[in-house]
Amino acid sequence: MDAIILQILNGLDKGSAYALIALGLTLIFGTLGVVNFAHGALFMIGAFCAVTLNALLGMSHQVEDPTRTDFLGNPLQVDVPYVQDIFGEALGASIIDWAVPLSILLAIPVMLLIGLVMERGLIRHFYKRPHADQILVTFGLAIVLQEIIKAIYGANPIPTPAPDAFRGSVDFGQWLGFQAGSIIYPVWRLVYFFFSALIIAGVFAFLQFTTFGMVVRAGMADRETVGLLGIDIDRRFTLMFGIAAAVAGLAGVMYTPILSPNYHMGMDFLVLSFVVVVVGGMGSLPGAVLAGFLLGILQSFASMNAVKSLLPGIDQIIIYLVAIAILLLRPRGLMGRKGVMEE
Amino acid sequence: MSRHFTRRGVLKSGAVAGAGLALPTYLRAQESGFTNAPTGDTVILGFNVPQTGAYADEGADELRAFQLAVEHLNGEGDGGMLQTFSEQNLDGTGILGKRVDYVTGDTQTKSDVARASAQSMIQKDGAIMISGGSSSGPAIAVQALCQEAGVIFMAGLTHSNDTTGKDKKANGFRHFFNAYMSGAALPPILAEQYGTDRRAYHLTADYTWGWTQEESIKAATEALGWETANTVLTPVGAGDFSSYITPVLQSGADVLILNHYGGDMVNSLTQAVQFGLRDRQVNGKNFEIVVPLYSELMAAGAGEAIKGIYGSMNWNWQLQDAGTQAFTRSFGEKYGFPPSNAAHTCYVQTLLYADAVTRAGSFNPCAVVEALEGRTGGSGSLEGIDSASNEGFLFDGMGNGPTLYRAADHQCFKDVLVVRGAENPTTPYDNLEIVEVTPVEQVWYEPDHPQFAGGDLGECNPGA
Amino acid sequence: MLGLGKKDFTLFLAVAAITLLAPFILNPFPTGSGLAQFNAGYPDLMQRFVIYGIFAIGFNILFGLTGYLSFGHAAFLGLGSYSAVWMFKLLSMNVIPALILSVIVAGLFALVIGYISLRRSGIYFSILTLAFAQMAYALAYSVLTPLTNGETGLQLTLDDPRVLDGGGRPTSLPVTELFGMEMRDTASLGLGAWDFTFGVGFYFCAVVMLISFYLAIRIFRSPFGMMLRAVKSNQQRMNYTGLNTRPYTLAAFVISGMYAGLAGGLLACMDPLAGAERMQWTASGEVVLMTILGGAGTLIGPILGAGMIKYFENIFSKINDAVLHQWFAALPDGLEDFLVTIIHPFIGKGWHLTLGLMFMAVVIFLPGGLVEGGQRVGRLFRRRDRKAGGAEAQAAEQRRTPAE
Repeated sequence: MDAIILQILNGLDKGSAYALIALGLTLIFGTLGVVNFAHGALFMIGAFCAVTLNALLGMSHQVEDPTRTDFLGNPLQVDVPYVQDIFGEALGASIIDWAVPLSILLAIPVMLLIGLVMERGLIRHFYKRPHADQILVTFGLAIVLQEIIKAIYGANPIPTPAPDAFRGSVDFGQWLGFQAGSIIYPVWRLVYFFFSALIIAGVFAFLQFTTFGMVVRAGMADRETVGLLGIDIDRRFTLMFGIAAAVAGLAGVMYTPILSPNYHMGMDFLVLSFVVVVVGGMGSLPGAVLAGFLLGILQSFASMNAVKSLLPGIDQIIIYLVAIAILLLRPRGLMGRKGVMEE
Repeated sequence: MSRHFTRRGVLKSGAVAGAGLALPTYLRAQESGFTNAPTGDTVILGFNVPQTGAYADEGADELRAFQLAVEHLNGEGDGGMLQTFSEQNLDGTGILGKRVDYVTGDTQTKSDVARASAQSMIQKDGAIMISGGSSSGPAIAVQALCQEAGVIFMAGLTHSNDTTGKDKKANGFRHFFNAYMSGAALPPILAEQYGTDRRAYHLTADYTWGWTQEESIKAATEALGWETANTVLTPVGAGDFSSYITPVLQSGADVLILNHYGGDMVNSLTQAVQFGLRDRQVNGKNFEIVVPLYSELMAAGAGEAIKGIYGSMNWNWQLQDAGTQAFTRSFGEKYGFPPSNAAHTCYVQTLLYADAVTRAGSFNPCAVVEALEGRTGGSGSLEGIDSASNEGFLFDGMGNGPTLYRAADHQCFKDVLVVRGAENPTTPYDNLEIVEVTPVEQVWYEPDHPQFAGGDLGECNPGA
Repeated sequence: MLGLGKKDFTLFLAVAAITLLAPFILNPFPTGSGLAQFNAGYPDLMQRFVIYGIFAIGFNILFGLTGYLSFGHAAFLGLGSYSAVWMFKLLSMNVIPALILSVIVAGLFALVIGYISLRRSGIYFSILTLAFAQMAYALAYSVLTPLTNGETGLQLTLDDPRVLDGGGRPTSLPVTELFGMEMRDTASLGLGAWDFTFGVGFYFCAVVMLISFYLAIRIFRSPFGMMLRAVKSNQQRMNYTGLNTRPYTLAAFVISGMYAGLAGGLLACMDPLAGAERMQWTASGEVVLMTILGGAGTLIGPILGAGMIKYFENIFSKINDAVLHQWFAALPDGLEDFLVTIIHPFIGKGWHLTLGLMFMAVVIFLPGGLVEGGQRVGRLFRRRDRKAGGAEAQAAEQRRTPAE
């Protein structure tokens, strides 16, 4: 029982990353009708916002420590961060410690801006082009973005730890009334799950309860009619692209303590998130979220030793097997609409 | 600006000379008796390292070492290990009087691509030796190619037993240590630190290298009295290892052994620490994590998580012998940070190749093979090992103490390092500390050891 | 001639001439000169050009004609390679049985995967093919290692049985051959400062590619090809006329799978090693990129695209800073350093960046791919001829209309 609950937690955690990326992909596809292969790169850039803030806060000047020597035998230069000069040692240290959550503040404007520039500068010219062209140009963009990151930060993963307060693990089982010590779970992963839930709820609330959101939903359903009503739907869709980029970026920022970011992490997530979107049904936001969590949990179960000993290697292919099964049983994924991307 | 004898200056004069001649600088096999015999005043080496993909930084460090080795061979810089190398045949005039030039390529850490890249170095650029690499799959694939094409392969970082075991080739040589040696060096220290009554849980990357390492470590720890609670295979590049880590908590194991490398190792270790494994008490003992194969870049990627974690390495810049110090100094002064153990093995391999050619007096791969097997001078055996196979090319002064290139399987035998993540590193480069230098007797094995059985060197191939 | 129209025959002759003279055309710079870096006329790369050309021609039969975008074609390439290497290990080093098995195995798998995947269309079809290929890759890399030799890749060993080649354990690995002609045999010709290499393997591949290309033209021009094009422009209308399109698309899928298998088999014939990476999604993506880059739906486009990408992969990745310094050695020091600094990010370890920028540039400025680029240049020279390009122009035109 403990084992199953633990795997459900693992699945929810994996699933929230899938769901957030798939949600952004679907927002872009649903509003603009564009298949965005650079979405994984946006996730990666989000993660590197955290790395950048970490590096900025850690910027330091060197003070010579005559008592110690470096690897060439010269006196050791000790780094003292400027933040500690400005805010004092204790406050400075805790600001550096909180770099990852603080990067959210950096990531939102940066990602919005990147999203808007991408849409206005590039994607806009591809609305009327075949999907294959959209794939090729966004794929090219993804390569360019990740190569730029590689040129700046190198290819090695960069450790970006969570704040000290969230670093350990808690006895999650005890909260639920299980025996003490049976379900221990890292604090940050719980934070990540609740954060994702919050973002997902936020996006849905925004679309459901604001006028802006209602117009966007109407535009998704029938763009032409909304346009005929004299509403500038294009501008709103552009903003939705920015929001989708920000969602992917936030997913990346908060994921850094779990997965040390490297420049190709976006590509690793890209294929999976497309599978998630399609299983959920093209263009369906609830479908994307549902499929994200479903595939995350199934993948976790497939990794259990009992399952693996029966079917060796099942954990490597489960997602694809499920995708095939669902697409054959439900032609448009779990919640897809008819006629979308079926030409 | 004073114009010393700089690298660029040399390149310029070389280019001018090259443009003047504009003749091919190598011969096809049919004309000379072996592939790519150098005819002009230069000889071309091929450095085939990952430049894109997960191991690109490791590849970049290897490339730095190769460039340094080429400089030293051509008589530029401070000469590095040329002074400390026990064979004093290299005098900074290139190899056999020919200036050393090199070409580079990108393996992408894929067997196919690595082979294509090596093939182009051989067919197009006239490379006479291929070196480099950061993973065993590509190393084995390129080694087989070099065997067929008739050039020498000096392996870079490859740790799988198979490289000099079931897939060994006469034209291929490995200086790096292997999974068996990790298994022989590490467990005695683990037993000393953690006791002999332990239950180990293995998480193993699901491909050939992972399996050979799991096999080696499992056999060695069980011989010391440890039990193996379970061995679980994880997909390469899994990213999130949580669903493999949670079962460890319930298995009753008190040691977790991570047979992962590169990004997998960084993620699995970081996440295992996040799950609080190291704060736990199981069977009345502290839970411990072990990473049998370490590299400096992985240690940097895992950050805080590596503190106090044991592993093994081929070499580390903190060693105190003259060779290590000479190499670390010239690398550090050129690039501003100390070399990794991948860089070290690539540097040493290049020098060893140059020396073998010099001793053989020929670039012919078969002559080089003979020289590296110790059949044309430099022959010897390691002290304290009583074995018929203890013979080959013996050298010293390259950082690991007396080292034997064993003739029987082209594997180097030397001391191996057991290291631990430092608790209080003062710079980003001393995050690992040396715990023990395991003497070579302890990591010795016979060429027909079951973990290495099934291969055959075959005959050296000059390509003609 | 040969059952081809005049324009198609001219195109075929041009392709044949370029292919057969490739060792000259691809080696324009004297050996040993600074620009020799850009020469691509060595056997291994030329073989890759034509083999990936075959792969892309086959892919184009499916994607260019029917519009079905398969994201899993690399699986057939990998299957072809594995089958060929197994033939070398078990039967004989002759390439003919190996190629036959490659095509058959790839065809059978294409039949099964195509039968299932073609039940859906659009992106659902793409994801189904992707899922099959990714499963094949994951299993070949790990669980199926006894069959595939996992990460290292399947290779020949001295102990292989090779029943047809007579018993006896060779002292060195045998080489692939065609009735005694060794694939790796080369002859070279020195003309002044130039040095040209002619490989048996390359010419074998080139002949196979020309045959494949000829068959592809015939398919494009046949009633069957017309039917496939009709599927692309409006499948619904076809269905309403009471015509079942599935058998046609399935046939196209199997044919293009067999082309991929043939290419995979040839890769193994040239270099008897089959690695799992050949089946990864990035490899499937590569053939999509080749086809679109060259011009999907055109006859020659995929071959051009394949050549372009393989050229970048093999030539640009090998330019390093030392080479750059050599090129600009004649310039003043400051300028030399400046130029090297500017170019540095785009070459060597940065070749991916150049590739990404090139994809973007081609799609943005040349929606019809390289073929359209060629036509535009052509049109500049002969303005009067309004209907320039003929068949190729039509295909490029057809593609530009959105597929929705």
